[in-house]
Amino acid sequence: MTAQYTRPLPRSWWLRKANYFVFMLRELTSVAVFAYAIFLIVVMWQAADAASFSGLFETLHEPLSIAIHLLLLVLALIHTGTWIALTPKVVVLWQDDEQVDPDLVAGMNGVAWLVVSGLILWLVLA
Amino acid sequence: MTSRQSGASAFFWLLFSGGGTASAMILPALVIVTGIAVPAGWVSESSLLDLVRNPLTRLVLVGLVFLFLFHWAHRFRYALVDLGLRRLGKQAWIFYGLALGGTLIASVAALRL
Repeated sequence: MTAQYTRPLPRSWWLRKANYFVFMLRELTSVAVFAYAIFLIVVMWQAADAASFSGLFETLHEPLSIAIHLLLLVLALIHTGTWIALTPKVVVLWQDDEQVDPDLVAGMNGVAWLVVSGLILWLVLA
Repeated sequence: MTSRQSGASAFFWLLFSGGGTASAMILPALVIVTGIAVPAGWVSESSLLDLVRNPLTRLVLVGLVFLFLFHWAHRFRYALVDLGLRRLGKQAWIFYGLALGGTLIASVAALRL
């Protein structure tokens, strides 16, 4: 078998066009998802001991923690926005012989996101 | 591609997709809780601790860690391939292994609470 030919491509290809950059940014929001998963493990680990949890709770008040969280929030919102925008391409709904408007499918996912977010904030803050 | 390979990639794609949906719906709210609500004093330490120690919360958190990590594993390794790190990105076991390991640690963390 002959080796597969891969066309050489400079590693900076994604910096050349705005939509290439948005694509790469979208893919790299997964790093924020990873980071928060690790953080959730730390939260659960520290919660076994009230004193450890207290230390973690104090750390969340540090400016560095708040700054990292704001960065994570921006990436999380980019992920949510781009993911919801893609839902009509993954879930194509039909009503009788007519395709359900893709904007309606995305819109319903957007509403679901608002409801779920509201429920979480109510659960934690109420 | 053999059918076994495509079965495995369909499985990992489902986890990527499930994790993508879970994180799209839930992650911004969670980040707002720990990054804004806590420093702003909208939530007390004891109520947050009670919530994290609740068995149902722990079960949900382990599920989220599982989905988040497998979403990351799939998307990030293909992003590495696209960034020219083809060899690293093709080592699927590193990424899915980390995701599995993280899920196991999360399960231990939830059980020792």
